[in-house]
Parts: sequence; C-alpha cells; structure tokens
Amino acid sequence: MPGRAAGMCGMIALEKRPQPSRLWALATPLLAVLLTMIAGGLLFALLGKDPFAAIRTIFWDPLFDPQFSGYSRPQLLVKAGPLILIAIGLSFGFRAGVWNIGAEGQYIVGALSGAAVGLALYPYDGWIVFPAMVLAGLAGGIAWAMIPAILRAYFKTNEILVSLLLVYVAENLLASMAVGPLRNPEGGGFPGSRNLAQWSGSANPELIAGTGMHWGVVAAFIAVIAAYVLLARHMFGFHVRLAGQAPRAAGFAGVDPARLIILCLGISGGLAGLAGLFEVTGPAGQIGIDFNVGYGFTAIIVAFLGRLNPIGILLAGLLMALTYIGGELASFMLDIPMAAIQAFQGMLLFFLLAVDLLVNFRIRIKRREIAP
Amino acid sequence: MSSGADLLRVDGLTKAYPGVVANRDVTFGIKAGNVHALLGENGAGKSTLVKMIYGLVRPDAGRMQLAGLPHTPGDPRDARASGVGMVFQHFSLFDALDVGENIALGMENAPPRRALAKAIRDVSTAYGLPLDPGRRVGDLSAGERQRVEIVRCLLQEPRLLIMDEPTSVLTPQEARLLFGTLRKLRAEGVAILYISHKLEEIRALCDSATILRQGEVVGSCVPAETSVRAMAEMMVGDSLRAPRARPHAPGDVRLSVAGLSTRPVSPFGTALKDVTFEVRSGEILGIGGVAGNGQDELLASLSGEMRSASGHIRLEGRDIGRLGPNPRRALGLLAAPEERLGHAAAPDMSLTENGVLTAHDREGLTRRGMIDWRRARAFAEGVITRFDVRTPGPGTAARALSGGNLQKFVIGREILQRPELLVVNQPTWGVDASAAAAIRQALLDLASDGASVIVISQDLDELMEISDRFAALNEGRLSAPRETADLGTEEIGLMMGGAHGLAPA
Repeated sequence: MPGRAAGMCGMIALEKRPQPSRLWALATPLLAVLLTMIAGGLLFALLGKDPFAAIRTIFWDPLFDPQFSGYSRPQLLVKAGPLILIAIGLSFGFRAGVWNIGAEGQYIVGALSGAAVGLALYPYDGWIVFPAMVLAGLAGGIAWAMIPAILRAYFKTNEILVSLLLVYVAENLLASMAVGPLRNPEGGGFPGSRNLAQWSGSANPELIAGTGMHWGVVAAFIAVIAAYVLLARHMFGFHVRLAGQAPRAAGFAGVDPARLIILCLGISGGLAGLAGLFEVTGPAGQIGIDFNVGYGFTAIIVAFLGRLNPIGILLAGLLMALTYIGGELASFMLDIPMAAIQAFQGMLLFFLLAVDLLVNFRIRIKRREIAP
Repeated sequence: MSSGADLLRVDGLTKAYPGVVANRDVTFGIKAGNVHALLGENGAGKSTLVKMIYGLVRPDAGRMQLAGLPHTPGDPRDARASGVGMVFQHFSLFDALDVGENIALGMENAPPRRALAKAIRDVSTAYGLPLDPGRRVGDLSAGERQRVEIVRCLLQEPRLLIMDEPTSVLTPQEARLLFGTLRKLRAEGVAILYISHKLEEIRALCDSATILRQGEVVGSCVPAETSVRAMAEMMVGDSLRAPRARPHAPGDVRLSVAGLSTRPVSPFGTALKDVTFEVRSGEILGIGGVAGNGQDELLASLSGEMRSASGHIRLEGRDIGRLGPNPRRALGLLAAPEERLGHAAAPDMSLTENGVLTAHDREGLTRRGMIDWRRARAFAEGVITRFDVRTPGPGTAARALSGGNLQKFVIGREILQRPELLVVNQPTWGVDASAAAAIRQALLDLASDGASVIVISQDLDELMEISDRFAALNEGRLSAPRETADLGTEEIGLMMGGAHGLAPA
C-alpha cells in the first residue's frame, strides 16, 4: 500500500541520486573486497584458523612469498586470461539485457572444434595449423551460442535456460569426443586426445618464460582494449548500452533487437570458444573428460565484479584468479576446507552487489519530523 | 476567507522532500457547496498538497481542519472515513473485473453484490453518470472508467471530493456531463477541490481558486471574474506571449498515408484501421482524440518503429512503409514520441548521449561508426541554448531534468536537425505554460519555414491554436481532416467519437 510506505518516516532512508555517482562506481569494488576480507576473516576465525594468516595466504603469498611465488605468479595470468576473455564477451550481452549463462558450453565446443581441426591435420605442422585451429575455435563457440540466439531472436525462447542447458549437452559431447573420435590412438585406450601443447604445430606456449603469458592472455588484453573502444566510442557499443537501459528508446533509435541479440551472443560465444581453444592448446594440453573447470561460470562473476566495464573486468579477472590460486594455497598450507574458500569467493560477489546500491542511492539518516 | 464557514481549512501546511520544499506554509479554505480550483504549473506542489489532505503524505508542519475538527489522516482509509474522497488522474481499476467488482474492491465494507449493483445504478442515475455495474472494465472508454472511480467515491457519501485533472481523458461532451455531475454535488453541499490545467474550464466551473507557485500560495481569485491570461500569469509569475504563426501558404503534398492498418504496439494498444490523410509542406496537421485510440500506433508507423506493408505511406512520393527509423530520418522524417523518459530519451544517459540517439546521422556526429563526442556535446549544447533547457550542462543525465525541460530538449533535438516532416505526440503534456508556449512557437516557426508538422495531442486548445487542419483518432480510425478555422467544439466532439455511453443502449 503506497500510503503506508509514504507515511512512514524511518531513521535511515535511501534517496535516489539524481545521477549515478562516479566516485562510488570506482569505490564500491574496493569496499566490497575490504568487506569480504573482514567477513572472510571472521569465517576463518570461526573455523579456528588464524584470519590474518589466511587473508595473507590468499592475497599476498601467491605473488610475493619466496617459496611459492615462483610457481603461482605465472598461474595468475594463466587463470585470469580465460576469465577476462570470456567476461569481456559476456559484458556486451549483459549490458544489452541478453543473458548468456552458457559460456561454459561455448568454451567446451570452441576447444573441441579447434582441437578437431588440429588433430585432423596431425602430423602436418606448418605455421597454418595454429591459426586454422584458432578460427575453428572461434567458429565453434559462435555456432554453439547461435542456438540460444536464434531461438530467442525469432521464437522468443528464454536464452538463460537454453544457453545454460546447452552447457550440459556440451559436457556430454566433450565426454563422448574424449573417448571417441578425438581419443589419442597411441594413448593405450585411455580417454583423452593427443597432447596439443607438446606438438609444435598446435602448441600455444608460454611466450615469455616465467610470466604465464600465452596467446590466450594476449587475446584477452586485445579484447579489453577493443571492448573499451567499442563501448566508449562506437555506435554499436552505444546501441548495446541503450538497449539495456531503455529498450523502447533503442527501438526509437533504430536498433533491431534480433540483430542485437545475435551479435551479443555471437561475441560472447566466439570469445568463450577462443578461450577454450587457447586453454586446450596450452595450459590443459588435451581434450579430456574433465577439460572444463568452470571458467565460463566464474566469468559471469568476473563480468559483474568488473561492473561490466572492460578495465574493471581486467582487474576483476586478476583478482578472481588470485583468490583461486591463493585459496588453493590456503587450503593446502592452512588446511582450510575448500568449501570455506568457495564461500569466501562467493562473499565477494555478495558484497559487491550489496554495496552497489551506493552508486545510485545515498543513505540519509533523518530524524522524525511529523506534525502533531 | 472567513475560516468559520470553511468545510476544509488548511493552515500553514509545509512538506519538504530532500532538496526541495514541495509545500511551504500553504493556507486556504474551502466552503461546503463550493468548487475550489487549485492552480499551478507542474511541480508547483498541487499533488503533494492534495495527497496530504487525502492521507497519502504526512505534512512536516501545519494543521488541517475538517468541519471544525482536526483532520490528521494517517492513511487514505482515515481520510475516506472522515468524508474525503479522491478521483485520481490515473485510474486504479482491474480490466478483467466488472464495474461492480471493481467498486466493491475499493470499499471498506462492501454491501452484497445485488445491493451494491442497485446502489451503483441509483447513484449513477441520480448524478447523471450512465454506468452499468455488470460491464467489464476492460471494455469501457476512459470517460466510463472515470465514472467508475467517481461512483466509487460517491457511494461513500463524501463531504469533500478531490478531482485531479479529471477532464484530461475526456471528450468535450463527456466533460460537459462531468460538469453537470459536479454542479449537482455542489448544490447538495459537497465541497469539491478541482485540479486542472484547463483555465477556461476552471472559469466556467469553479467558484474560487488558490494559485500555487513553487510550493507557496501566490494568490487567489474568483475565476469567473479573472481572465485566463491573468490566471496563467499568476501561475507562471511572468507575462505570457501567445504563440503566433507567420503568414505563409501551404505547398505541395509531402506525406500521404492511404489505407494504413496496423496491429497494436502493445496488448492494450489500439490497431489503426484504414487511416488516410495527407500533409502539405508548411502545414500543421493536428490529430486529436482521447488517449489510447491509436496515437502510439500512428507515431510508431510514421517514425518507422513499426513497419507497415509497402504502398501505404509515401514521403514525397517515395514508399517508406518498409523503412526503419534511421532511413526515414535520412529522408527528413523526424519524430518525438509522447513518453519522454524511456522512449524519446534514455533516462540514465547524458543529454549528449541522448542527442546522439536520434541525431548521429543528420548532424554528422559519427564517422565510420565512431562517435565524435566533441561534436555530439556541441550539438547537445546547441539544443540547450536554443531551446532554453534549464540544466547544469550536456553531461547531466536525462532523468535529472524536469519534465518540461526534458521535453524542450527532446523537441529541440529534432527541430535543430531541420526536419522536412516532424511528427510529435503530446508535445506539451505535463509541460508548464511558458515552456508549452515556447514549444508551440517552435512548431509554428518550423511550419512557416516550409516543413510539415503532425501534432498528435489530447489538448484540444493546443490543436485549435496551432494547427491548420484537424482530424481525430477514435478507436484506431482517423476522421477526415478539416480546416481548423471552420470547426466548433460540437463538431470536434463528434469527430472524437462523441460521448461514450450517452446514447441509451
């Protein structure tokens, strides 16, 4: 009942800002990280662990501990690369109101398509092999994303459900490929393909020793820059933002909704497919039953943690990768259960969404002033 | 005003919202059997004031008295219990239910169905408001829906009835019917607090008036003895110049629409049926009609948001029915929809970005798809300066502007692009008098310079003032356009479909 709400005058009131605050848009991610550290510290203390040691092990040791940083520092880019690449792709759709939840599936199909092209050419190892695989990975991711895109654009199905359920289809496809057509004929009957990282034609090697930098990380950085330019300067980025904020105004501006859905899902599917291809030819090395480890889902968190802003996503991807590496380290060193580490990672998104309110609202504390 | 005889006495009422004082020290009174007008521009504080009387908002300071007793309603139920009824501008009715069920839902102790139906019939006959309790609300016209709300109030036998812009949705005949009802209530001693922008109507109906400006009472008058111009100037606090057209002769046919039929834009929309008309260069065609009779569909079909089969819409002889909004803009057909926030402009985007929204092509704000933000900003600044948009600057978000200022920006954005044909829907809806005059003058100037203008509006006074020819939309059909100068109120009413429900069924 509107009458009651308007009649009540609480002690703390939220007041909509006339425009979103730029300061808070920058400050909220930092505040969220700080709150996560505090709440996470409490959680670890309740588990009987030293909260300060746990926080230090998660955020500091992977980068600076003399004993571990040699291994874990390169891992930062290895893990952040696919997260950033996928999240950049997702951010276009998320801004436009096109919800691709199935990047994990597009990542798998991209890896499968690229690997299939490489394995078909084996043992030819000319320079053309790797670029051909990259194109095939891109095409595979796009093709998988076109299923929810076309269904949404022309038949009004819900792309959230379709793209999510296609992840499970892709996982089964992956399993059947790993034991079927893509299995290594010289692998003694074990599931899994030939190792693509160890074959010069298809390898995606570490480009600078000790950094973890591979072609996928390069692609992620290029994607960040391209997305920044598209969103800030190009009409396509303008239309993406417009469609998300005011769909009727987008129609008035001449944006074709079907075309926008197909482009947004195509971009996110293509980049997820590329991430899968770079992973299978590099860090993972081969198509196996358990090839996918959830980058496609974690990238959704990264996209929102980065406020759907390319630079934000770059930083969020690095931070998320750090909590993964640090979390594993903490679990290993301090014997903290993996579930507690995952809860800690979940808190990050939770707090970000909570303090996000401050971008559009300010908190007012007011006294009751009501006429007698 | 002698406070002794006042039914409602408002004394020193103040209500502040963060950053704005909606009402400051408002004092006035209404006598029983009096129709009292509340006048003021948008944002003058009229709605806040009546919401306090109706118990929706609590005042920060001041007191109210109803028939000599303190009136401090905690919520609308309290207000109704003490004899205050209110008919809102926007109805709160359920389309799927019938009239009787809707009325029962709004009552505290609704009588049994049969008794209620009888009560509804009695009240509607007694006050000249034809209404059948068994009809589904979804099938009723806007005027009939309003009657449902009024009858619901009257069943509670109010001593004070508040009416918020009641005639904005009515045809002239329906409005006359309503005035009859209100006069009957007045004769029975009911006090009526009447909010309207239509000053002629206030002169004809109201016994007294209080004028608000920026939350404060700036004057009072007896409307019948005060000129419309004087009342408008009290509201605005400034002298007004009436828009005037420069003499010019209409030229060749620019747009011709023939046999255009569409689907509705939304499930609650109205499809256009066989719409035919022409607009010449240098001409303003006014299209009247009660909201929801196909206005949105007409605008969408002309702007290109809704495509139609080829052959029905021709711009300078060229078939444009299958073209989208941007190709039509390239040909000089520009449009400004009714809904400012969310349709004509994106609320969270800056004015600069909202300029790019429609002007990127004609104003050369992009090169190979890349937006030139410096030029875009200069364009938005141009609109702000030329159309006197009050805002800190082009970086301001659209939603931070007042309705009138945003409307000036939206109309100005299209006019500065030098349209060959401009289509506007409700160009001055919710815009204060001085801004409305500026917008109308800009439309007249545009036509004088040889452009064609189509003004879709529910404000008949506006259409009579600026249009060369007039046509009305009624249930998706457009009447044949007529020269405005030859038209009387009666004919206009008939073109709009007359008064719904007046003829015996």
